[in-house]
Amino acid sequence: MKNENLYNYILGIADNSLILGQRLGELCGHGPNLETDIALTNISLDLFGQTRSYYQYAAQISGGGKTEDDIAFLRMERQYKNVLLVEQPNAHFGFVLGRQFLFDVYHLLLMEKLQSSSDETLVAIAKKTIKEVSYHERFSSDWVKRLGDGTDESNKKMQEAIDGLWPYTDELFQLTEADRIMVSDGIGVDVSKLKKDYLKRVSEILKEATLKIPESKYFQKGGKEGIHSEHMGYLLADLQYMQRSYPNMKW
Amino acid sequence: MTIAIQPNIDKALLPILETVSDPEIPVLTVLDLGVIREAIELEGIVQIKLTPTYSGCPAMDVIGDDLAKAFSEIGKETNIQLVLAPAWTTDWISKAGKLKMEAYGIAAPLEETADKDALLGNAKIIKCTNCGSTNTHLVSQFGSTACKALFKCDDCQEPFDYFKCLK
Repeated sequence: MKNENLYNYILGIADNSLILGQRLGELCGHGPNLETDIALTNISLDLFGQTRSYYQYAAQISGGGKTEDDIAFLRMERQYKNVLLVEQPNAHFGFVLGRQFLFDVYHLLLMEKLQSSSDETLVAIAKKTIKEVSYHERFSSDWVKRLGDGTDESNKKMQEAIDGLWPYTDELFQLTEADRIMVSDGIGVDVSKLKKDYLKRVSEILKEATLKIPESKYFQKGGKEGIHSEHMGYLLADLQYMQRSYPNMKW
Repeated sequence: MTIAIQPNIDKALLPILETVSDPEIPVLTVLDLGVIREAIELEGIVQIKLTPTYSGCPAMDVIGDDLAKAFSEIGKETNIQLVLAPAWTTDWISKAGKLKMEAYGIAAPLEETADKDALLGNAKIIKCTNCGSTNTHLVSQFGSTACKALFKCDDCQEPFDYFKCLK
């Protein structure tokens, strides 16, 4: 492949959307009420749409007749580059919203910066995506506030979710090799520089939600390098089922 | 990937384009919706550039197929391309489109600031499409499709969709 770094860089962004979209898709028909069910699957749909734009571009770079579906469905677990945060299971509703919130704040910051990439396809995707992500961020931060500043029980559960997911947040700001090369080429975003704004925004919302900002300094990492948590295999088994059982099947 | 904000549509193709509508909001044609960014005929093939409203909008594939079908019925081949830039905005929905939308029961998008106020619940400004009252409240920021939010009227008690402002 001529431009392997760009290919890997795109997947590093796109895989987060794919895996989080899949997690939210699992809730279809299982949301706590109809409106939230629809909202979460709407967000899932946006994320899949974004994933398609990235994968179509990656497939074009890769050449050799590869398609967006090959990239989505036919890779092994170690080849997915999503962060550990997005693959965490739905557990209870606090976790679903906590995971969404912790990702949306990052996603929005990333899309803001990606708009000034020197790659015009990535700029086009970022400009489209940012409009959708700002709705996602509004939705998830509203819910974090509502549950945090709700009853004792909802506050306890929301805090439990934030504490449980916090160790997965630092990985968002780590640079992979592809990141470093793409940053120096003017294409990629230096995500390590997003951390300050991220912590500021997250702290503001948590404070408003009467939730405590976790103090833990121990963080998990690995997803970006393909080393996933125990949950990933089950997620992929679901995601890839049709293509693995009926190779090359089409709708 | 650069296309001007004003779409480049050959007038001769308008009668066919007008027959294709959004499968999810059938009262709106693709022209009302502003998703056709270019439509020209080159060496006998109709070249169409289509832009999605939302990235994951499933209506886009259907619209593409419907366009190809409409032109094939008059014996014309099409080449349909999906383009992302410039990103679609609700400003591209025609005035006539907004009126049709209202009559169909979907409140048309407000301007950006007003939209934010409405969706954050700061202002009661979204008009009920059933009785016209602004005594309405947001039920969910996400409605039956990605482009809509769900509202309820506190006077006539009817739920209705609001087409979200996208800029």
